[in-house]
Amino acid sequence: MSTNMIEVRNLSKSFGDVQAVNDISFDVARGEIFAFLGPNGAGKTTTIKMLTTLLRPTAGSLALDGLNPLTHQNQVRQQFGIVFQDPSLDSELTAWENLMLHAVLYHVPRATRQTRAESLLKLFELWERRDTPVKQFSGGMKRRLEIARGFLHTPKILFLDEPTLGLDPQSRNQLWTHVKHLNQTEGVTVFLTTHYMEEADRVAHRVGIIDHGRIVAQGSSQELKERTKTDSLEAAYLALTGSSIRDEKAATGEQMRQFVKMWRR
Amino acid sequence: MSAVYILWLRELKRYTRSRVQMAASLGQPTLYLLALGFGLGPTFQQAGNGSYLQFLAPGVVGMTILFVSIFSGVGLLFDRQFGFLKETLVAPVPRIHIMIGRTLGGATVATLQGTLMMIVCTIAGFRPHSLASVPIAFLFMMLIAIVFCALGTAIGSLLEDMQGFQLVMNFLVMPIFFMSGALFPLGNLPAALALATRIDPLSYGIDGLRGTLIATSHFGVVTDFVVLSAIGVAFLAMGAHFFSRIQI
Repeated sequence: MSTNMIEVRNLSKSFGDVQAVNDISFDVARGEIFAFLGPNGAGKTTTIKMLTTLLRPTAGSLALDGLNPLTHQNQVRQQFGIVFQDPSLDSELTAWENLMLHAVLYHVPRATRQTRAESLLKLFELWERRDTPVKQFSGGMKRRLEIARGFLHTPKILFLDEPTLGLDPQSRNQLWTHVKHLNQTEGVTVFLTTHYMEEADRVAHRVGIIDHGRIVAQGSSQELKERTKTDSLEAAYLALTGSSIRDEKAATGEQMRQFVKMWRR
Repeated sequence: MSAVYILWLRELKRYTRSRVQMAASLGQPTLYLLALGFGLGPTFQQAGNGSYLQFLAPGVVGMTILFVSIFSGVGLLFDRQFGFLKETLVAPVPRIHIMIGRTLGGATVATLQGTLMMIVCTIAGFRPHSLASVPIAFLFMMLIAIVFCALGTAIGSLLEDMQGFQLVMNFLVMPIFFMSGALFPLGNLPAALALATRIDPLSYGIDGLRGTLIATSHFGVVTDFVVLSAIGVAFLAMGAHFFSRIQI
């Protein structure tokens, strides 16, 4: 058995003539919290999609817990939990129903389904609201529920794609406390992306920085600070990626959400 | 197979919770039934075709199922937009199970709505020629629901935004409804319209409903059943194909 939970070698993905991810390689060790940082459009989400069987790489290889996502799609899917950048709950269903649906989709045995869901809801302080339809939840509560759901099938890896986007500092703080707690108690490997450098600095054991589809640096937060002779991860990040602003073309899904928002008003 | 069940259950839960939608989808068929049923009734009777209300009831039941089914398939668009689709598509279950669960759930909901519409028709004065034929009518209702839920799934998989949905309503669903003979008898039609009714899958569904409920049928109930089943299988295959190609 490999010591690394995630192994990425010379991974590339292009869409037409746009090279979204360009020959990247990195490892994430078992039980590690790895923060994948980079400006908008740098290739973070594309990389996560390839790791989570949602996109086929153009070139290169990857392994999750020694398995190739392309050839062992369903085994690999069973190994990880994911919290997407955008919400993915059924807002008409209650918190409890969302969890039960997930448990069935992930083959959680009937005997452990309820106890596991109960303990996670209690941990994320949602137990009292378990029978409330998700549409009545606040942004922070929805995020907490999604993370609880990601842990429900006891995954070996948890992917968190900008999980704290749009949350208040209290919710962000609490969320990372829970993630660290589960990382320690269950040994789950965590692969996260965020734009909040102080979060990455606080929770991640190791950091990888991607820019223009290439990995520009990786190591512990301390190593990156020393390398760039800066005193914060944010300064190190800016030193490595420059401070110009990146424009990103909105994805179709995002355009549609904006359209619906306008229409509802 | 438990994935099929849980996604079926999800569709049902969402249905039973949205009472407004339940009532709303009966509004238009009821309007057709009452306005046309009683408005054109005397003319229909004078032409020697019997009671128009009796004739129209299976038509508006079929209409209800058509609309609810297509909507449920296009519900994929909403799931895509609100993100839930991703949750199902990264789950460790074959995509075909997800597609089947959704489609069967939608078909169950559409059949239930069709049943409610049947009750509305009964209140308005509709009477089936024999009660023994009602279970066979149910079979036809389920078949219609499966055919159009599968079509809806195919459409929902292909569409990327809500603008496309209007296009589908105007250029696919409305023609399917109007060409199906829901409102008029299929005999003695101009050649072009006769051809259109023969191509329209809903024609066979409504004809089958009439055959069982009021004992008048244009194609014959067995033909209706065979054609509808074949279209159902074809549309399910098409829906599964397009669903399997969804990228998120």
